[in-house]
Amino acid sequence: MQLNSGVPAGPIADKWDNHRFEMKLVNPANKRKYDVIIVGTGLAGASAAATMGELGYNVKVFTYHDSPRRAHSIAAQGGINAAKNYQNDGDSVFRLFYDTVKGGDFRSREANVYRLAQISLNIIDQAVAQGVPFAREYGGLLANRSFGGAQVSRTFYARGQTGQQLLLGAYQALERQIAAGTVEIATRHEMMDVVVVDGVARGIVTRNMVTGQLESYTGDAVVLATGGYSNVFFLSTNAKHCNVTATWRAHRRGAGFANPCFTQIHPTCIPPSGEYQSKLTLMSESLRNDGRIWVPEDKEEKRAPRDIPEGERDYYLERLYPSFGNLTPRDIASRRAKEMVDAGHGVGERENGVYLDFKDAIERLGRDTISERYGNLFEMYEKITGENPYDRPMRIYPAPHYTMGGLWVDYDLMTTVPGLFAIGEANFSDHGANRLGASALMQGLADGYFVIPMTIGNYLARVSHQPVPTDHSAVKDAEKDVRDRLDRLMSVNGNRTVDDFHIELGRLIWNECGMERSKEGLERALRQIPELRERFWNEVRVPGSAADLNQSLEKAGRVADFLEFGEVMCYDALTRVESCGAHYRVEHTTEEGEAKRDDERYAHVAVWEFTGVGEAPNRHVEALEFDNVQLSQRSYK
Amino acid sequence: MKLTLHVWRQKGPDDSGRHERYEAEDVTPDMSFLEMLDLVNNRLTETGGEPIAFEHDCREGICGSCGMMINGVPHGPKSMTSACQLHMRSFKDGDEIWIEPWKALAFPVLKDLVVDRSSFDRIIQAGGYISVRTGSAPDGNAIPVPKEDADAAFDAATCIGCAACVAACPNASAMLFTSAKVAHLAHMPQGQTERYDRVLSMVAQHDAEGFGNCTNHGACQEACPKGISIDYIAQLNRDLIKATLLDRPE
Ligand SMILES: Cc1cc2nc3c(=O)[nH]c(=O)nc-3n(C[C@H](O)[C@H](O)[C@H](O)COP(=O)(O)OP(=O)(O)OC[C@H]3O[C@@H](n4cnc5c(N)ncnc54)[C@H](O)[C@@H]3O)c2cc1C
Ligand code: FES
Repeated sequence: MQLNSGVPAGPIADKWDNHRFEMKLVNPANKRKYDVIIVGTGLAGASAAATMGELGYNVKVFTYHDSPRRAHSIAAQGGINAAKNYQNDGDSVFRLFYDTVKGGDFRSREANVYRLAQISLNIIDQAVAQGVPFAREYGGLLANRSFGGAQVSRTFYARGQTGQQLLLGAYQALERQIAAGTVEIATRHEMMDVVVVDGVARGIVTRNMVTGQLESYTGDAVVLATGGYSNVFFLSTNAKHCNVTATWRAHRRGAGFANPCFTQIHPTCIPPSGEYQSKLTLMSESLRNDGRIWVPEDKEEKRAPRDIPEGERDYYLERLYPSFGNLTPRDIASRRAKEMVDAGHGVGERENGVYLDFKDAIERLGRDTISERYGNLFEMYEKITGENPYDRPMRIYPAPHYTMGGLWVDYDLMTTVPGLFAIGEANFSDHGANRLGASALMQGLADGYFVIPMTIGNYLARVSHQPVPTDHSAVKDAEKDVRDRLDRLMSVNGNRTVDDFHIELGRLIWNECGMERSKEGLERALRQIPELRERFWNEVRVPGSAADLNQSLEKAGRVADFLEFGEVMCYDALTRVESCGAHYRVEHTTEEGEAKRDDERYAHVAVWEFTGVGEAPNRHVEALEFDNVQLSQRSYK
Repeated sequence: MKLTLHVWRQKGPDDSGRHERYEAEDVTPDMSFLEMLDLVNNRLTETGGEPIAFEHDCREGICGSCGMMINGVPHGPKSMTSACQLHMRSFKDGDEIWIEPWKALAFPVLKDLVVDRSSFDRIIQAGGYISVRTGSAPDGNAIPVPKEDADAAFDAATCIGCAACVAACPNASAMLFTSAKVAHLAHMPQGQTERYDRVLSMVAQHDAEGFGNCTNHGACQEACPKGISIDYIAQLNRDLIKATLLDRPE
């Protein structure tokens, strides 16, 4: 497997400009002749499809949702970063770049992150021009808030619904192109496989989710914008349908999977309330700006939170990290919360949370200001728990939330399969071993609006493709694989539900490859996952028919892929014998219990090559070089 | 808790459909309504039946996927709450619950509780956007937007496109949905250029999709899980009148 990152030469600040100058361009009149297939209509996919449509490419976009507006991006709450420095508090492109590389614990590619920070400026402009109703100050200018892991105020937001507003902006731009005829959309179509012809990605196989028909589409390039895989844990903050199928199928066809074990556990989610729990709800990290996190000092504490005197509370983040306090990065805040709960300080009926308290903020700023900032989050919390956070501190606990790992891509966002690109959460590119808050929306939109529309031209202008008819043998073979698999799922006819297996897999991965990982636990998981997969294929029951709208079958296909994918996640965690960012190996910690990196041996991206189901995959590395930031032990004290 | 459900089952668009009765056992007050349906579906699967098809995704009231009539009311008994955010503490042991899909000409049933809402996308295609090419935008702070305007635009823009408004309306009108987008963009300075063309095309598409007329019933506002106000419909009508006058040939 060749891993050529293709990072342009020159000083970091000039790389993107130089590269754009050196790129081959597609003649405007010829763009129409190129068919670009995009899978996914979240922030990354919708922005990419709209922009490439505007440029004149012939775009076909697919989603398993009934409308692009339903993509998981809609749920993002807190905000989007940009180095605008509107607050005049010392921000700059370089600082955003620096914070992102450091926040990622020095496991990301400098050149990509720098470009991201540069483009962040254009994203805000674009969104404002689309009519995204960002929060404003009284003078009418854009407002900002600060977010975990940063000491400047660079996060733009639309109350607690930033993802919704940004996605609607991108969705509307996409619908405009659909109306203009430059983009064609197929909703309720699930991509089941990538078609590779002579080593080059040339199409996809989809399942029409209403009729059950397999339909294949071919073109000149395929872009996956299919989101992250946090649902491997079953319980996560992701929308229920988020899954790994698209990227996993691409991986099976030759695309390297980078850093699959880098998964982010978000510190502020509502703790599970019972066994039937189907997903977890995030309470935006922005709450940590004004909320203070604490636990009772006494493990036997039974009093209501308001009755516990100040002196008997442990504001442990403020105690351990005086300079960042409640705003330490996510990985640290999560681990410390788990530590407190494991030590017996957990609060709530199930003793599975810590308090996030707004009392001081309400006294300082007034209830109206707090409601202005977080009103919808407080309402959401009350709907779910029946408790009112204005009067009683919230209970929070970490939950799987985001996946930094994803398909390996070069500087042009192309995977190891020529012609196959990955953007947004589906790729691994910018966040290293830990993502800073409000950076995923930034990355998805940077990739979609500003990077891929340029870099895809650079690819298309260099290839001369013969059209691939949909009865080409590579297409037929891929279709047959998909059909066989669906038939197999339908015919097991066991007696356990798909969810049952998903829950079991999720629990296993959470225990062994979640917030803490150990050699022993990972080896155990690597023995248990194949057993569980075996049982799945013998005992699962998928009711109904494949020639119909069949939600059980949809789920079964996704869980079957998770059952293969979980293994490579554990291999990745096992072979990265260091701690970094969200990857916390209990054997590798500092004396203070922080992640201890091993830069000598692991300052690289691990990229996995598929060798067969149940076979140990091959591990390749892309060495990371740091010329612009100094590798240092992250310190948030 | 133990509940009796009467659920609309329909194999496909051509099937006539009927209510089926199910007993839901071991329901707890902390479960969401959809988790209660998960429970019923798991039992159905284990006992050889076919689970009830219903749409959902975010399960936190923002994606607009979920949506069903619960005892004749869109999204059920709790105001400002989508079906996924409704919790079983709103019901009591022994309750009977009738669960049905949205009913409207413009929303054909695909299966059980799943309907086709693509008409909403086509209303947006007709003009629910600001025409701005990627890359052509001025600096974000180049045009100040009074905070009240930005807030008003935001309030309209929080529509999740679930279509409860249509399901609630005796005329199956989608005016609340349409007006929310019209109002969102009309409140922003960026939305002014296309303001009157937008309202004309979106309303024309609304009618072409087979949605009914608004007769100011107000049921839509009651049903909306996001509290979108019918004031936006009045606003749309004002813009529409103005647009019609502007549109007159010279
Ligand atoms: C609760 C929550 C809050 C968040 N808040 C923030 C925040 O405040 N700031 C921030 O920066 N980030 C936040 N994030 C992270 C951020 O929302 C996501 O990383 C980002 O939206 C992902 O966008 P995407 O376009 O890559 O993928 P998605 O939005 O997940 O879209 C994936 C798309 O791919 C389609 N798809 C997937 N597989 C297939 C297939 N096989 N066939 C067809 N279609 C397919 C789906 O239909 C969908 O359209 C949050 C995440 C969560 C869970
Ligand atoms: S499932 Fe998303 S709004 Fe209900």
